[in-house]
Amino acid sequence: MDKLKPDRGLLKIDENECKGCGLCVEACPPKVIRIGDSLNHCGYRAAIYIGAGCTGCGICFMACPEPGAITVFRLVDRRATAVPVPHAQVEGAVSCASN
Amino acid sequence: MSSAMDLEYTAAQSKPKAFYESFERKEELRHQTHYCPGCGHGIVHKMLARAIDELGIQDRTILISPVGCSVFAYYYFDVGNVQAAHGRAPAVGTGIQRSRPGSIVIGYQGDGDLSAIGSAEILHAANRGENITVIFVNNAIYSMTGGQMAPTTLLGQKSTTTPDGRTAEHEGHPLHMSELLATLSAPVYIERVGLGDNKQIAQAARAVKRAVENQVRGLGFSLVEVLSPCPTIWKMPPVEAQHWVRDVMEKTFPLGVFVDRTKESRPRAATNAAPALEEIPRILGTRDEDADAIDDVPALRAQEVDLHVRVSGFGGQGVLLLGEVLAEAGMDAGLEVSWLPSYGPEIRSGTSNCHVRLASSPIDSPLVTHPNVLVAMNEPSLKKFSAGVRPGGWILYNGATLPAEYERQDIRILARDFTREADTIGDPRAANMVMLGALLEIAGTLPQASIDAALRHCVKQPKWIDLDERALVLGRSLCKQFLERGAA
Ligand SMILES: Cc1ncc(C[n+]2csc(CCOP(=O)(O)OP(=O)(O)O)c2C)c(N)n1
Ligand code: SF4
Ligand code: SF4
Ligand code: SF4
Repeated sequence: MDKLKPDRGLLKIDENECKGCGLCVEACPPKVIRIGDSLNHCGYRAAIYIGAGCTGCGICFMACPEPGAITVFRLVDRRATAVPVPHAQVEGAVSCASN
Repeated sequence: MSSAMDLEYTAAQSKPKAFYESFERKEELRHQTHYCPGCGHGIVHKMLARAIDELGIQDRTILISPVGCSVFAYYYFDVGNVQAAHGRAPAVGTGIQRSRPGSIVIGYQGDGDLSAIGSAEILHAANRGENITVIFVNNAIYSMTGGQMAPTTLLGQKSTTTPDGRTAEHEGHPLHMSELLATLSAPVYIERVGLGDNKQIAQAARAVKRAVENQVRGLGFSLVEVLSPCPTIWKMPPVEAQHWVRDVMEKTFPLGVFVDRTKESRPRAATNAAPALEEIPRILGTRDEDADAIDDVPALRAQEVDLHVRVSGFGGQGVLLLGEVLAEAGMDAGLEVSWLPSYGPEIRSGTSNCHVRLASSPIDSPLVTHPNVLVAMNEPSLKKFSAGVRPGGWILYNGATLPAEYERQDIRILARDFTREADTIGDPRAANMVMLGALLEIAGTLPQASIDAALRHCVKQPKWIDLDERALVLGRSLCKQFLERGAA
């Protein structure tokens, strides 16, 4: 793994909006989401980001039935000042723990 | 990992703006929907909300929520919202689109809603090519009510109403709504998509957006059917339910585009905006003078009027017209009125009758079972209705004497051969107006101007108006004579 290459994406899951259905876990291509161990306010085991490896593809976002349970962030490419983010997947990443 | 701190991330996928920030429905956790974990409705909502964002149409979108699990869609979408009766979204959407051109009207319907109770509405809206978008969420069952069979339930699928599984012999085959609607000439776009895996979900999101975009372009009717998991009623964990869509449901309901006329379609001409509410009476021709006249008669309203009239006779005696003139006069005088004709085979022979109410306060029911005035133009009417007359009320009977069996001490009875009376002024057919004259004398409240206006409204021919006016005068005087005799 190239430690110098940061993750292209970053995931945030709102623990109390999540209903623990697991659809995001199933959907995530690099499998960087899992169902957590603790129960949330509603008694569901909320999904959590494992902390590294998100590509920012956004697939989990569309698979999730809750409006704002998932937010997908993408790395801003400072070298290219242009806004668009390239689509190619990037392997290896430093972790960016959010959950 | 301090390097991560230096990195800058921006939100690329987040809660669409077309959703409310906070959902008022719940006491707490107001950012959560009411849907079960893994419910397809939530996913479809998200696709739709994102399409609304991307097309920039939030401020002119009107969403029609159905009856079914998604009945509360209006709690989530920050757009114009209407909640329609079961299955009626396409009809309601038609009305909205036609009266508010430029709106983006989106009907959201379940399979029970659209393919069972609402099968007629969707068929005709599609056939008219209404410029609306329909998002049809097919989960092959009535979910909200606990899992009864829907027209879309698969063969062999168990439901509370097909406990051993649906059979073609007893319940028919699953209804393929998209294919059915695709036989019509008008729809511009019909596609069936699924929520069975990532690929299907991505295609579903594209289809939903296209279906809305077609409307933005004014092309006409678009429908997207979404095969959608219902883990709760299907009794499956969410991921299994998702796969069931792909592995089982899709076999009965193949995915694909059934109609795409978007290339050859031209934008439909915009309809005219709906007229203002105040203009409607003029358009319908129900009032030539303006409604201000109502304000001229507050005195009458203040006088507690509560008239319950039943008019009855042979078909052809002018029973309905009598009631209509009375109701029109009341309306002209600013009263609350109702006129309920009783049609049926009786209109040709036997008795025909109508219920009329005039009141100074709102009318609860237009039915008159206990009249305070019964106008009986023949004997059968007496037989039918005289017992119901309220104590203290009146019977106006078209006959020289009242048959003994109808005598009552607690009411007043004016029995007279009104047909012969009408004949003396020129035509026996004016008997109804002679009786109306008597009735007006009893009621006593209506201004003459209102009666004149009502007569002109209901009777078009001048020769009849003249006769009827004389008949009314005659009726009044007969009634006055009767009252004077009674007093003497
Ligand atoms: C006029 C009327 N008839 C029946 C019902 C009962 N009812 C409520 S929801 C429903 C079926 C909903 O099924 P579907 O449209 O498939 O939606 P789902 O709940 O599966 O999302 C029925 C029959 C009703 N509310 N109103
Ligand atoms: S954005 Fe893609 S890679 Fe990142 S968690 Fe979601 S599905 Fe996985
Ligand atoms: S899909 Fe959404 S609700 Fe389901 S587990 Fe993942 S974050 Fe939670
Ligand atoms: S019963 Fe089925 S359709 Fe209704 S909210 Fe639950 S999962 Fe969704």
